Amino acid sequence: MEIQSCVTILNEWDIVAARQLGRNVAKELGFGTVDQARITTAISELARNIYLYAGQGQLCIDRLNEQGKTGLRIIAIDEGPGIPDIRKVMEDGFSTSGGLGAGLPGVRRLMDDFNIDSNPGEGTDIRATKWLR
Amino acid sequence: MHNEVIAHIKSRKSELIEKWIDRVKEDADERMVNVVSEQVFQGTSYEFFDLILLSLSEKDHEYKNKLQMFSEKVVRLGWPITFVVSGLRKFIHLVHDDLIEQGVVSKEREGEYLESLDEWLAPLSNEIIHTYASTWEKTVSLQKIALQELSAPLIPVVEHISIMPLVGTIDTERARLIMENLLDGVVSHRAEVVLIDITGVPVVDTMVAHHVIQAAEAVHLVGARCMLVGIRPEIAQTIVNLGIDLNKFITTSTLRKGMEKALEMTNRKIVELEGVN
Ligand SMILES: Nc1ncnc2c1ncn2[C@@H]1O[C@H](COP(=O)(O)OP(=O)(O)O)[C@@H](O)[C@H]1O
Ligand SMILES: [Mg+2]
Repeated sequence: MEIQSCVTILNEWDIVAARQLGRNVAKELGFGTVDQARITTAISELARNIYLYAGQGQLCIDRLNEQGKTGLRIIAIDEGPGIPDIRKVMEDGFSTSGGLGAGLPGVRRLMDDFNIDSNPGEGTDIRATKWLR
Repeated sequence: MHNEVIAHIKSRKSELIEKWIDRVKEDADERMVNVVSEQVFQGTSYEFFDLILLSLSEKDHEYKNKLQMFSEKVVRLGWPITFVVSGLRKFIHLVHDDLIEQGVVSKEREGEYLESLDEWLAPLSNEIIHTYASTWEKTVSLQKIALQELSAPLIPVVEHISIMPLVGTIDTERARLIMENLLDGVVSHRAEVVLIDITGVPVVDTMVAHHVIQAAEAVHLVGARCMLVGIRPEIAQTIVNLGIDLNKFITTSTLRKGMEKALEMTNRKIVELEGVN
């Protein structure tokens, strides 16, 4: 069973809207304060990457219910330039924009499951899930 | 515009306006009726009606002024533009129906009259939309300035110690202001220690952390020390998860602890006086 809601990312304020959506869903599903902060921070990282590197894209929140487990999945999709070397961007400190380079590796640590799928010239699809414990 | 129509509108003003208010009200959602009193609603409708009539007269300047004032008022009342524009359309249909009911216009020529009514009010409607939009833009830009003034204040609480309380989301524009105000303030207040209080920042992601780190380094360059205070427990956790190193910073969980530490760093402390009370 999945219910999805999305925010189109075009400008900086859409990042705030995406975070708000994520926080509301996380609260609704019963996540505690710390996990709510982890989820909103992860959304913030992924949405900002879309804004910075792809220009535009979608950030969606899925409510998951699998085998009695409840979860929240963040899906960040864009049709931007894509990522040529995935292994590299998952290293702490790698950034092509003079940033901290802690976004993607950070999201992986903030969430339980993390998957990245990207092809140069086609875009990027990142999914990250947090399970309710 | 046909003179007989104008004369008719003027002579039937009070009947028309009452009918019109009834029709407009059907459309007004609760939001609009609830926020303003019945009196304001009536008054504004009368004003709108007069404005429509004034648009017929030659005094172009007066009309423009009134239109501007009216639009500003409607924006402030929080009425949606669609409501105003549909009010205008309702006015056209109302006048048209009334002209026929009262026998001023025969059934055969009704199309012709409807058309000229439309021609008369189309520019008015355009002008309202235009004024409405620019009034709105003006309001937004004023609010933006007001927000900017509030967004990153540096407060010299006691000698050599300044505090920057941050409340709300930090975007690129605000990050720039934080840096600017910090550097200006540190120099002009002769601050030795600056406390950046992030209690009110809802999300601390790598961008916010990056800006705060840069600001602290800049403060250091102008000869002061920077402290990051108000780190809520859940924020501390996410910062660790992100792998952000704040070791170069002095950090505290509350502003109060930060203040005590800052006093200590400037060789002072708070003492309780005995014998008072
Ligand atoms: N959606 C995306 N499309 C293209 N490139 C991306 C995307 N997201 C991240 N990247 C690349 O991965 C790098 C690392 O991202 P991240 O870990 O968030 O650090 P930072 O944003 O600080 O650079 C970025 O500098 C960028 O080159
Ligand atoms: Mg990033």
